Amino acid sequence: MSDHAVTHDHDDHAAHDPAEIDRHVRVYIMVFVALMVLTIVTVAVSRFHLSVPVAVAVALLVATVKGGLVACYFMHLISEKKLILAVLGLTAAFFVVLLALPVLTHSDGFWIPQPAPAQTDAEHK
Amino acid sequence: MDIPYTVEVRRDTGLNNGKIGIWLFLASEVMLFGALFASYILIRTGSPSWPRGDTVLDYRLATFNTIVLITSSVTMVMAWASLMRRKFGTFRIYMAATVLLGGVFLVVKYFEYSHHLHLGEYPSHSNFFAIYYTLTGLHMLHVLGGMAVNAYFWGPGAKLWDKNPTWFTNRVEHSGLFWHFVDLVWIFLFPTLYLL
Repeated sequence: MSDHAVTHDHDDHAAHDPAEIDRHVRVYIMVFVALMVLTIVTVAVSRFHLSVPVAVAVALLVATVKGGLVACYFMHLISEKKLILAVLGLTAAFFVVLLALPVLTHSDGFWIPQPAPAQTDAEHK
Repeated sequence: MDIPYTVEVRRDTGLNNGKIGIWLFLASEVMLFGALFASYILIRTGSPSWPRGDTVLDYRLATFNTIVLITSSVTMVMAWASLMRRKFGTFRIYMAATVLLGGVFLVVKYFEYSHHLHLGEYPSHSNFFAIYYTLTGLHMLHVLGGMAVNAYFWGPGAKLWDKNPTWFTNRVEHSGLFWHFVDLVWIFLFPTLYLL
């Protein structure tokens, strides 16, 4: 990359004023409280001994909300540059494919046409 | 020669190089843990029986560790916010708290592992314990790595603050992104292994 492509602007850190940082800190504390509450919810729901599919769905839903809060606010994805969001979008797509692989193994070769079952002698008669 | 784009942003990416670098690294980490989660699904669904996590593991200890790790994520982001406010002393307190909380997590994990090993529940004991040690072990290595980097920025690495505070703030932000990722992985590991 040649020097003419460089901008000498500092990143947006330097532009943050104390009031804005105070606002961010208040958000961090609210997210912290939400994460604690959701952790208690996760454990409390598991005590009900729901059926496995329901328990998995609820636990993963709560974990996804918690993960989303961490990613959006602590990792600042909510105000991140488009390039990073694009990289993560691509990653998410491959991640979904990766998790779908076990599903494909369970429906092993479902796309291969199966031969019709051979008729028995009794059926011929 | 100075490292380019540590503070300035590149016009083409709109980011400093450290920021794009850490996010690309985290993207690769998503795939690493994704492969292990896929293996977990494959092994669990292919198994004729699978124990509920809380019948073989101590979910109370894991809940405590979840609270510890979430708290450490908050202290980490507060450390960065302190640097943004140009309060270096406060940064050091929050960063020390982050490293100590990481240490608490590892100590709890040590007792957890010791208990299972004492009962003869090695990775070879069952598929459950094989995937349990693999996932939590890899996560633990990440906690250890994050603690090492954070301890460096608390200690010798903090000299950069005197020379270039914005660069130092950026480095702490990038280290924080890794630490939050470690927290995020645990948020999914905790219910998957200990509660379901």
